[in-house]
Amino acid sequence: MRNSKARNQIIPAVIFLLPGFVLLGVFFIGPLLYSFRISFFDWNFAHPDRSVFVGFTNYLTQLKSQIFHRAVLNTAVYTVITVAIKMTLGFAIAVILNQSLRGRTFFRVAYYLPVITSWVIVSLLFTYMFSGMGGLVNYFLKDVLHAISKNIMWLADDILALVPVVLVDIWKGVGWATVIFLAGLQGIPSELLEAAQVDGANRWQRLMKIMLPMMRGTLVFLLVVLVLGGLNAYVPFQLITRGAPQDLTHSILTLMYRATFSRMDFGNGAAISYLLTIFVFVLSLVQLKLLRKPAGE
Amino acid sequence: MKKSRLTLRILSYFILLLGLGVVAVPIWYMVSTAFKPQTMVFELPPQIWPNPSTLDNFVKALTTDHFGLYFWNSLKVTLATTTLTVLVSSMLAFAFARLKFPGKEILFYVLLLGMMVPPVMLIIPQFIVAHKLDLYNNLWGLVLVYVTMNISMQTFLLRGVFEDVPRDLEEAAMIDGGSPFTIFTKIVLPLSGPGLAVVVINSFLYSWEEYTWANVNIGDSINRTLPIGIALFQSEHLTEWGQVFAASLIALIPVVLIFILFQRYFVQGISTTGIKG
Repeated sequence: MRNSKARNQIIPAVIFLLPGFVLLGVFFIGPLLYSFRISFFDWNFAHPDRSVFVGFTNYLTQLKSQIFHRAVLNTAVYTVITVAIKMTLGFAIAVILNQSLRGRTFFRVAYYLPVITSWVIVSLLFTYMFSGMGGLVNYFLKDVLHAISKNIMWLADDILALVPVVLVDIWKGVGWATVIFLAGLQGIPSELLEAAQVDGANRWQRLMKIMLPMMRGTLVFLLVVLVLGGLNAYVPFQLITRGAPQDLTHSILTLMYRATFSRMDFGNGAAISYLLTIFVFVLSLVQLKLLRKPAGE
Repeated sequence: MKKSRLTLRILSYFILLLGLGVVAVPIWYMVSTAFKPQTMVFELPPQIWPNPSTLDNFVKALTTDHFGLYFWNSLKVTLATTTLTVLVSSMLAFAFARLKFPGKEILFYVLLLGMMVPPVMLIIPQFIVAHKLDLYNNLWGLVLVYVTMNISMQTFLLRGVFEDVPRDLEEAAMIDGGSPFTIFTKIVLPLSGPGLAVVVINSFLYSWEEYTWANVNIGDSINRTLPIGIALFQSEHLTEWGQVFAASLIALIPVVLIFILFQRYFVQGISTTGIKG
């Protein structure tokens, strides 16, 4: 009886699974393997059969390239700064919003608005605000705060150009981190906090000894997702710095894009994306390991 | 004790209002620029509201440079992506939540892999596949890739929702001779409204604002979607910020509508993703 029921379900299962797995096969798994193959070739896009196998040459080219090193550095700095600030601010705001305050919903909705605004639009908006002449940021720094004596050409400098890229990510991302932290905070039983209060724990102790350890799951989730997002940064770099000046402000993925579609060098592009993927994979494992074991236990 | 609570409360509001200012200034600057005549785009000090203000930018954005067409393309792509994502991922989720079949676990891991691989690394081979299948420069090329990139996460989410639908109902239907298809369409789907709403929101927002793949796969101007149209317009008319932001505001209308209509599901979407404490 049980056996015949199981057999009966194979045909429906195939029907239910087929559309999804056809799509995954054609547009996800196939490409994943294909890209691996391409990364070992001097790929000829028009005539793939004339592609030349070059072994690890593409990978070595990238690992030796100054521009690639710079892109890795930019991406790493961007990821570390944005993730640290988004998590700190997101947590602080979530703790504040977790109290019974008047206008809580309003603030929550307002803080979420940048999250739903599209990347393209906010990237252009920050480009405009950071314009060298007549930009809002220079006006504020020069004429309101008197912190600088002449306009800063943000986008012409290979280090300063990263400032708007970092800020746009923080501006857009804090609201999301806040909402996730709020969901985590609401999962902490209030009896636990009350008991600690009765035992004489002050606010700071309750925060460090109860709230943070209880939110390990949320912290790990946010850290993994935000780091992954940071390493995959593409749109803000592509639209704000465009790699200028002198290809010094690329992220790993804008460099991949340039290699592939501006130079039609698919082999090197694929090698860059695999280098990133290997790194992301290793890093995710390390993060999960580090955070699974509570510190000091 | 009372006094410290009051101080804390004042400090809380102070920080919240400061944050509100930081959120609001760029948004205000975008909105007010959209109403500025071109001559005032770089005028300082900035005015709270441009005087004189004008609707020219909106008129131009809607009538020149095909923004109307881009809007229409984006709408078509988004509606098709959303419909197909809901359909395909709810079918997958039903199989994983309710059916017995060999290889279930392995297939589920394959599906989860889709959540771990960074999407941009697939762009090169996806571009080659799109060329082979005649999907290059074709809106269907966008739709099928968007659905694929979305189904892993959405199936994962829906599987959890479907598992919560009480099994007694299903068994009753089984006894009445109902097939898995009847159970899917008559019982599981109707009882999963909020979960499906979350999938609608996620796939709508994703396909409405997607830039990277659209930028690679669309060559002809008549097939551009809004994000591509707006980014390209800015790079071709470097200083016409009024028009850029007028077009941006128009592009944001559907997003804000969805946000207002489905506000309560946004939070729910986060808690059903499976992160609890």
